[in-house]
Amino acid sequence: MNDFNDPLVTAWQLVAGADARLADIVLLSLRVSITATLIACVAGMPIGALLAVGRFPGRRVLIVLFNGLMGLPPVVVGLLVYLLLSRAGPLGQFGLLFSPTAMVIAQAVLVTPIVAALTRQVIADEWTEYREQLRSLGASRSRAAATLLWDGRFSLSTAALAGFGRAIAEVGAVMIVGGNIDGVTRVMTTTIALETSKGDLPLALALGVILIALVLSINAVAYALRGWAERHWG
Amino acid sequence: MMSRRLFCTAIAALGLLASTASHAQERFITVASTTSTEQSGLFKHLLPAFEKASGIQVRVVALGTGQALDMARRGDADVVFVHDKAAEEKFVAEGYGVKRQEVMYNDFVVIGPKADPAKAAGKDILEGLRRVEAAKAPFVSRGDKSGTHAAELRYWKAAGVDLDKAKGPWYRDTGSGMGPALNTAASMNAYILADRGTWLSFKNRGELGIVVEGDNKLFNQYGVILVNPAKHPHVKQADGQKFIDWVVSADGQKAIADYRIGGEQLFFPNAKR
Repeated sequence: MNDFNDPLVTAWQLVAGADARLADIVLLSLRVSITATLIACVAGMPIGALLAVGRFPGRRVLIVLFNGLMGLPPVVVGLLVYLLLSRAGPLGQFGLLFSPTAMVIAQAVLVTPIVAALTRQVIADEWTEYREQLRSLGASRSRAAATLLWDGRFSLSTAALAGFGRAIAEVGAVMIVGGNIDGVTRVMTTTIALETSKGDLPLALALGVILIALVLSINAVAYALRGWAERHWG
Repeated sequence: MMSRRLFCTAIAALGLLASTASHAQERFITVASTTSTEQSGLFKHLLPAFEKASGIQVRVVALGTGQALDMARRGDADVVFVHDKAAEEKFVAEGYGVKRQEVMYNDFVVIGPKADPAKAAGKDILEGLRRVEAAKAPFVSRGDKSGTHAAELRYWKAAGVDLDKAKGPWYRDTGSGMGPALNTAASMNAYILADRGTWLSFKNRGELGIVVEGDNKLFNQYGVILVNPAKHPHVKQADGQKFIDWVVSADGQKAIADYRIGGEQLFFPNAKR
């Protein structure tokens, strides 16, 4: 049996052949997941920083909540967003269901807690270290949070990458809110699910190989960029 | 401060890159259909011809028949294209659909191990199922309220097998689409009811082959329905109706008949005109 050899060959042929449909699918995957991750960072990083340095009632509950929500099941997020965006739902009038926008919303919901929880961890460590210093400068807590966010920007790239990894890998949410429509909302993971359904396991695995290679390259580039940026701007 | 500005510019550039939506065609309809039409490759063959003729893009969401009808009930589709006559007529009677039109048919087949341990082979679907049950041979059910699942339950009932009593470890309720259910059956060497189209295009067959086929009862009719704009005002009535008119037209019917896998015709047009 060469169940694991064929897919590598197929994967190489798909990439080498510069298949236009595959390129569209890959680009849509990247577009949706990068947008969702950016939204999650804009929302999640301030939340994480405030949870780290803030002192307000319910803070501990929120910390546990965000840590717990890191394990949100994609299929449940998908279902909730589906019910919200469905024509019969509260946001139905916008007709967003089965569009890339719907997929971005679902993935942003999925990823925000991950970014927030990891940010909180990074900032909490910094806060312990720089607390006295920041206080002696007379910085308010929100000012301190902003400073620490900026100061920890290189470490925080890990939070963003973790969020992106989750977004690009999930299938449950985008399948429900996107509908896996050919040429419109079909991304890497839903294509893999579809090819598995058709029993074309070598093709499904080949697409999986390409997805993994893509995620690895993005992480490698991010790692290299981080090193470069730290040397030049750190 | 220079570095901060650069950093922010980089992030903004990334955001811009992400938001450059490749502008999708604006004129489109959403069709809720079944996994059998999508996974058999029929739509890939059929839709480009319609899109070329009409300039209307067809966006297909492929689900089980039950789920597809539910999606349309919520107003999330303009047209449904499914295969469960009883459920379709109920959908229209409830006022969610305008009118049901027949489009094409294919047939169900019982797939099973080529060695046929239950001796179910033949033309008689009811006798075949009785033998599978008598032998307690592994049987995979869709269990997902799809058209194929509804048909399977009808056949068991007609065969006089009371599933509630007969159910045991031999009867595997997988709650999955046609393809995944066939994958399960292939890995357990089980019997399963499938539509011929999905079976013909299915690649991971393992030791399975067709066991029962050719019974008149295995007839599988597909219908198409416009979602009622009276229930859901945003339904694209004109464009949806254009699609329906086309699939039942001479051109559409010929396109359906022309679709073949390995020389074998998958769907037989039978619209009444």
